[in-house]
Amino acid sequence: MWYLCVFYHRLLDYRKPEVESLADLFGAFTDDHKLEWKLPQHHHPDSPFHFVNLPSEEIARNVANRSILVKGLYELWGEGNSYEELEEAIKNYPDEQKLPYLTSESSFKITVDTFGKVISFQEQNDRIRDLSYIPFKGRVNLRNPDHKFWLMETNDYGSNNGLPPVVQKRVFFGREVGAADRKLLPTYQLKSRSYLGPTAMDAEVAFLMANQAQAMPGKLVYDPFVGTGSILVAAAHFGAMTMGADIDIRIVRDGRGPECNVWSNFKQYGLQMPLSLLRADNNLPPWRSGLKEVFDAIICDPPYGVRAGGRKSGGRKLLKGIKGPYTVPEDKRTDHIPSTAAYSLAECVHDLLDLAARMLVIGGRLVYFYPVLRDNDSIDTNFPEHPCFELVAACEQMLSLRYSRVLLTMVKTRPYTDDIAEVAKIRHLEFKENHLKWMEDGNLRSAVFSPADLQLGDTGDTKVGKESKPKYRGKYV
Amino acid sequence: MRLLTHNMLSSNIKGVTSGFPLRIEAEKVVEKQVELNAAFLKNMFAKIEWKPFVDASRAMGYAELPDEAEPLMLESDEFLQKFHHALLELHLEEGALVCPETGRRFPVNKGIPNMLLHEDEV
Repeated sequence: MWYLCVFYHRLLDYRKPEVESLADLFGAFTDDHKLEWKLPQHHHPDSPFHFVNLPSEEIARNVANRSILVKGLYELWGEGNSYEELEEAIKNYPDEQKLPYLTSESSFKITVDTFGKVISFQEQNDRIRDLSYIPFKGRVNLRNPDHKFWLMETNDYGSNNGLPPVVQKRVFFGREVGAADRKLLPTYQLKSRSYLGPTAMDAEVAFLMANQAQAMPGKLVYDPFVGTGSILVAAAHFGAMTMGADIDIRIVRDGRGPECNVWSNFKQYGLQMPLSLLRADNNLPPWRSGLKEVFDAIICDPPYGVRAGGRKSGGRKLLKGIKGPYTVPEDKRTDHIPSTAAYSLAECVHDLLDLAARMLVIGGRLVYFYPVLRDNDSIDTNFPEHPCFELVAACEQMLSLRYSRVLLTMVKTRPYTDDIAEVAKIRHLEFKENHLKWMEDGNLRSAVFSPADLQLGDTGDTKVGKESKPKYRGKYV
Repeated sequence: MRLLTHNMLSSNIKGVTSGFPLRIEAEKVVEKQVELNAAFLKNMFAKIEWKPFVDASRAMGYAELPDEAEPLMLESDEFLQKFHHALLELHLEEGALVCPETGRRFPVNKGIPNMLLHEDEV
């Protein structure tokens, strides 16, 4: 069954993957059903209006209600380029589909919505009055209606910023099947969170990550870079059990006192506390050797050295080869604070994929942010790969002209074998031996923050080119 | 730290081959009630090493678990309740986890195990 899927006009790259991930969670993918998308005629792929094929209204409702970016999924009663065409389409829509929702026992509400234009309250009322050819028998109830109908009008407002228009003039009328609960966002907004760190994940993106990870009751979700727990809070909201680790003990153990720490962030929303928080190094994880396939999802925002740098065990000088390992004297062992060294992005991602390959159940999901430098308005789409995983979604969010972060969703499709473990071990040692080289190669920070003149270098006209080039609106919003 | 976590952890000091199970030195044990989720418990039962789990529960002062267990026992509510209590409701608040091979103590403070290695252990 085809539904009209209208999105909030933001985070454009995240919209379809969210619906696909939730459709999979609610059982839309079967042998005889494949999820398909269509665009209204002449609409740009950035358009908030799409059509999606889902197997049942129940699945469509579950997907929309759980989503963050779906403004509504609608059973379309009619569409057209003008109100005359719309009227004809609605009249031709079969009565057996319409009448059950128009009965005198039910209540209803009609909302007029526009994209690309603004219409006055008076005009909205006129539009509703013009729908009198639909035999509404029920009572109007604006607060809590049984059935919600939407009249949506789009206007072609021409090219924008040198880019083609997003939508064409079109009118849609449909019955709402489900819609995102955006009230979650003010409830969970970071400014009312008691314990925050400098890289706490924004609530909206954290919920999107939890949806990509298909968090739900009975599942166990792990974050190896837990920080203040901002990602796990979203997973716990959807009922998942959570576990987190961090190399910085001050964050996981102390926070800012007994009433302001990772635990209190869960307590604040009445969520189930994490099953476990521990201090551990992602480079040398402390999991026992026989342990595998325990987590249903691993969600994280790894430190990639732009806003916060990663750390791993072993001193800086030790890894540079300047010094041998410091032997801790017996009497100082109890309170010794081990030194750590910077952790390159390449090594961090390697360790993350290896950990996920081993610790995720088959079908489990690894969801994490991966930074990419932008070059000439495009990004390198060679994302990390692993023999146990298939990449199902890559959602770009531009952070500046120079770099983006991409939310990668990978599904574990094959078991972790001894051969794969052996290869990973050899890589681990290679990283350790060539510590300095990796720190220089993967230095995102300097690429993101170095002065612009240096970057332009020999092509002096790049600056002019950049300013006059149309901006790809999709990934800024 | 719950016993679920204890059952997943080992000492990963360089050269140590059998770092599991870590011996528990309990200074302070607390109990916190958690809602029982049978599906989750059944799922976790398959991942748990039973003998180290029973030993750990005894080190925490809980002696109700049988020496051996098999999946069929999960049908009994009484067993499920005990398993749930030991796995998720007992917390090691203060104490240490001791490496069985080297005797290295991994401290547990405010319920958080500190598994980070010293420079000469990596």
